[in-house]
Amino acid sequence: MTPTFTMPPPHPKERRIIFENISKPGYDASLETYLAHGGYESLKKALTMKPVEIIDTMKAANLRGRGGAGFPCGAKWSFIKYDDGKPHYIVVNGDESEPGTFKDRYVLHYDPHQLIEGLVISAYATNTHLCYIYIRCEFPDAAKIVWNAIKEARAKGLVGNNILGSGFDCDIYVHQGAGAYICGEETSLLESLEGKRPYPRIKPPYFPAVLGLYMKPTIVNNVETICHVTHILRIGAEEYAKMGTPGDGGTRTMCVSGDVVKPGFYELPAGAVTLGELINDICGGLKPGRTLKAVIPGGSSAKVLRAGEVFKTKVKDADGQMVEKELAMLDIVMDASSLAAVGTMVGSGGVMVMDDTRDMVWALNNLNQFYAHESCGQCTPCREGSLWMSKITTRMLDGGGREADPKALLNVADNIAGRTVCAFGEACSWPTQSFLAKFPEEFADVAKNGPAQANGTRGGH
Amino acid sequence: MSATTAVSPPATRQADAVTPAFEAEIDEIVTHYPVSKRSASLPLLHYWQNHFGHVDDSGLEWIAAKLGLQPVNIYELVTFYPWFRREAAGKTIIRVCRTLACAMAGSYDVREKFCQATGIDPHHHHHGFGIAPPTSEDGKFSVEFVECLASCGSAPVALINDTLHENIKAEQVPAIVEQYK
Repeated sequence: MTPTFTMPPPHPKERRIIFENISKPGYDASLETYLAHGGYESLKKALTMKPVEIIDTMKAANLRGRGGAGFPCGAKWSFIKYDDGKPHYIVVNGDESEPGTFKDRYVLHYDPHQLIEGLVISAYATNTHLCYIYIRCEFPDAAKIVWNAIKEARAKGLVGNNILGSGFDCDIYVHQGAGAYICGEETSLLESLEGKRPYPRIKPPYFPAVLGLYMKPTIVNNVETICHVTHILRIGAEEYAKMGTPGDGGTRTMCVSGDVVKPGFYELPAGAVTLGELINDICGGLKPGRTLKAVIPGGSSAKVLRAGEVFKTKVKDADGQMVEKELAMLDIVMDASSLAAVGTMVGSGGVMVMDDTRDMVWALNNLNQFYAHESCGQCTPCREGSLWMSKITTRMLDGGGREADPKALLNVADNIAGRTVCAFGEACSWPTQSFLAKFPEEFADVAKNGPAQANGTRGGH
Repeated sequence: MSATTAVSPPATRQADAVTPAFEAEIDEIVTHYPVSKRSASLPLLHYWQNHFGHVDDSGLEWIAAKLGLQPVNIYELVTFYPWFRREAAGKTIIRVCRTLACAMAGSYDVREKFCQATGIDPHHHHHGFGIAPPTSEDGKFSVEFVECLASCGSAPVALINDTLHENIKAEQVPAIVEQYK
């Protein structure tokens, strides 16, 4: 019931907060173990604070959401009016499904009490008495482990009525998804939790903080974000903020997959490493004899970067003047603002690395098939467009390419983004737009001359 | 009715097999949703499918009645969420991750090997909408591709029943299947 996980020793650049306990030998998911490692001390501290002080602490810590959008956590909580007389809800997004992202899986399986503690603190800060942890059903053991942890916490008076004698009540339940990527979108998740088809809601007016679960003010935060709440109260906002960059405090778990020697997840202070350091130092570089071709830096929806790209960015010089500076692709700092400055995003922290053996049409087709499968079908541009893009790239790989295909792909993508209820429209367009922009010659070649070779690694249907 | 009248054997309805203990579990789950019983739709479908293997018409109707809904409110979930099915699947369900990191690490090959080791036609793909995934003739195995299982750092991966298998090499597949026979 409470398995342990063996983490490799940390790289000198790593700073483990979320994964500090998990990396200790023999650490398991039980309450006993968590308490032996100082667990629930942050909650005790929080219950002596005024709720608004906790929210101010999150603001001072510069805690940004770790789910993908990167919204400042304290600001999100401030949208909830403490005394509005309405019920409030917090829903933890544990639907982790963005391709390339695999951090929450380990928190849920191996150290769930830090999540439960953070959740009770968050609930106390926002006058919330009912919380759900939405876990994708492909993590069946995680749901059992978290549910068991909630029961343990309840038995010790850490969840439920009159928590630690404070008079504060908070119930937490686990809710399992059913295999749909779209449920990671926060309003879709709420529809799913209401027992409906998970069609995202249009914003405005359905911002969760205003009209959320059951049309009441609701906070939706990622698993990792809520865990950070626990640690910010322990470490202190100032110390926590100092670890990161201005506006992006603390650590961020980068998940690296694909063609590197040591794929895995690495908890790093925000902005502590460049893309090159992440790939070459921390992940052991590319496999022998291979060279870098492309990197998707923030989950599959983030725009792809091409090896050797040079960006023109604006930075402040010694005199405080904004000057243009050239920035090589491997020198991009892995934080929210640096990645945004080069036209992509840190997103959910899923870094996918591709070497020179990879066919970019094949890679895009794989993602196009993902998005075509996962579009919820509510908005026509996305439902039809994601399928068209997938059909075109599949046909190109099957040797049926036409010279007009790259243009047609771009035309479809350009007509989805910005025309849908939720950000899935952008998520499914950005791969096509960026792959075509960064690797135009490969697409033109396959469109004109057919696939390079029948290499056995093609898309499939 | 005369005993000599030819009648087709009574169809088995899953709902007829509901026991008081099963219903007590269901009632407990519903208490997790004090604001709206409808929220229990997905949990009840999970519980039903885990117990019976799939959800038949009587299951849709039973769950709907339990939650004060129309059967269509449950039917529209079963036909949307890929996890649910209205037909029996294999006793062991092998879900191989199809998405980019796993595909780069050879998941197409791995899936094909799983099909071969279980006697399933690899050209037969799963299309969702409540239809069961491709299943071996002896009913022991189903094999399907699923989208990202969130374990890209240990690709390729497959979820076999409730257990995640990581870093699978194609040549290991027959031995993995053997564990589930």
